[in-house]
Amino acid sequence: MSTNPETKSGLREFAENLRLAPRRVFETMFRSGKPSTDRSRSTFVFGNVFLHLHTVRTHRWSLRWSTTWGLGILCGASFLITLVTGVLLMFYYKPYPDVAYRSIKDIHFIVPTGQFIRNIHRWAANLMVIGVFLHMARVFYTAAYRKPREFNWLIGLGLFIVTLALSFTGYLLPWDQLAYWAITIGANIAQSPREITDALNLTDKFDIGGIQRQLLLGSDVVGEEALIRFYLLHVMILPLGLALLMAVHFWRVRKDGGLAKPADVDQRLGPQPGNTYPVFTEAPQKTYQLAAVVKGRTPAVGNGPENTVPSMPHLFYAELGVFMLTILICLGLAIWMDAPLKELANPGVPENPAKAPWYFLGLQECVSFSAFMGGIGIPMIVLIGLGLIPYLERETEGTGQWFGGPGGGRLVAGSAVFGLVMATGLEAVAIRFGWLREWYPHIPQLVITAINPGSILAAIYALYSLMMVKKFDSVRAGALALFTCFLCGYIVLTIIGTHFRGPNWHFYWSPADWPYH
Amino acid sequence: MTTQATTKRSRLDPEPISRRDFLGMGSLWAAAAALGVAMLGMSRLPRAAVLSSPSKKFRVNLPESLPEGQAFVPPGRSVALYRDADGVYAVSLVCTHLGCIVKNSSDGFECPCHGSQFTADGTVRKGPAPRALAWHKVTGSGGNYVVDEGATVPAGTKLNA
Repeated sequence: MSTNPETKSGLREFAENLRLAPRRVFETMFRSGKPSTDRSRSTFVFGNVFLHLHTVRTHRWSLRWSTTWGLGILCGASFLITLVTGVLLMFYYKPYPDVAYRSIKDIHFIVPTGQFIRNIHRWAANLMVIGVFLHMARVFYTAAYRKPREFNWLIGLGLFIVTLALSFTGYLLPWDQLAYWAITIGANIAQSPREITDALNLTDKFDIGGIQRQLLLGSDVVGEEALIRFYLLHVMILPLGLALLMAVHFWRVRKDGGLAKPADVDQRLGPQPGNTYPVFTEAPQKTYQLAAVVKGRTPAVGNGPENTVPSMPHLFYAELGVFMLTILICLGLAIWMDAPLKELANPGVPENPAKAPWYFLGLQECVSFSAFMGGIGIPMIVLIGLGLIPYLERETEGTGQWFGGPGGGRLVAGSAVFGLVMATGLEAVAIRFGWLREWYPHIPQLVITAINPGSILAAIYALYSLMMVKKFDSVRAGALALFTCFLCGYIVLTIIGTHFRGPNWHFYWSPADWPYH
Repeated sequence: MTTQATTKRSRLDPEPISRRDFLGMGSLWAAAAALGVAMLGMSRLPRAAVLSSPSKKFRVNLPESLPEGQAFVPPGRSVALYRDADGVYAVSLVCTHLGCIVKNSSDGFECPCHGSQFTADGTVRKGPAPRALAWHKVTGSGGNYVVDEGATVPAGTKLNA
């Protein structure tokens, strides 16, 4: 033992380190010190694995509410909510016919907060579907899919499909009447290419429909194999796919130059607010070795970093705000309305009417004319059309502006009216006068598959869009017209499917008119 | 090994492919092909060689008193059996549109899901159904019959026994 303070005492150092350990753990969490100044916050964002999905500074244009309405974050936030609540539901859910139904009943009636969690899960899923629709519309109407963001539009399309697939596989799991008949109908839509192969006498040689159905069900009846497959898709394959696509999607948003901005964004925004800290007050301390090796240009080249604000805190507060708003909406809806659970699945008696969730009712309306055209043909045409948008429309006018491009808002309004009128009119004809089979009972099936209200509507919209391309001498004008028309058609069909279809899929002005049965 | 450049190239230009690179690329593609074949093999997994579905044949005892034109639906099956002067026959109740179970109506069948309607012999009268309702094979005699839901017979085939 030494009394000399110069000499080191192992024990004393140990005690001192022990005392400081908690503080040091906390300090070492931050690779570049505590983020307390603009500069250290920037290094913090830059060096943090989660935060570096963001750029260090964010353009003021991106932070305006009207640029995005926070819709992308809303989608991501609702996915996180479904993820957390979904894992909680997995504590009790058992994917086996009948047992599954009882486990949902358990979740409702004996699991503390079980029903509330299931409500949140359902509402967040609904919100995600709405969010994805609106987000896609926002990106389209602000022409944000243009170069260099073309491929990210395709990734977004993938996210759209996976989101709908997650919803579909999700509402099959309770094994109630809705679930059972939804699986049956879904599996038979997968089988509907038989409509074509049957008509051409090819089914014996090439039964693609049958293969698809069997892959989905793992059997030729809807039963335990089908349920476990949908469960696997819902809790594992699709969420993993979604997470993967989301990572690429977000990363590319950043790498493709942030959000799309109008060319004259600086004039539109006006001068920086007085309290903004300027960017380059000191010489950059980085050496740009990479820049000497990597070919090609980054989207930031030629654009000054001005008119940006530090992402931390400005962008993060905005994101957090949207996230909290999303949670609030889900909680509010979950308190207000319970997730439905119908009777136990009964393979002998379908529900009447058997309705899909609201976002599929537009498709169900199409399917009620032709299974193949409504369930596979038109969705494929729509998806291919959406995917081609950024590759067929290569203009630059109006990027980053709402309804930007030739025609603008007036064209969109006109197309909306046209789309609504056409969809409503065609549906009215089909509802009032029936369709081909009622007029010509021996008409070949191929004619009905090809010519039905859904396909005619798509053709009319396409023709109208071509006219707009010619009229405005611009592909963007055609794209605006087509997208708006399809959106309106989808809305009309969804409303008809939701509110005006009753037992046997007959038309009724109100559910009060439904007959007793 | 890189060869001596004869013309001056920018250091950013790609080098012409060397033997070593060629072999490297070759083995890489071979590995990718092997992986692809393995994946193809794995993709067989979701299609079982034997399907776990219940037997499609079932025995049914048709009541003597069944009036002509009235359907007898065995419990748990989606088949309607009839008896008339020409014999016994079985009509499938599975809608050919999207697989819902059709309901007997006064003059045929109606599908609750998408509004298809069929006449009493299964012919499509209205709606999206692409084909007529299937007729199933019936064998047996007396009051006891075996219906095979897996075997379709032409419409109008009746068992006279």
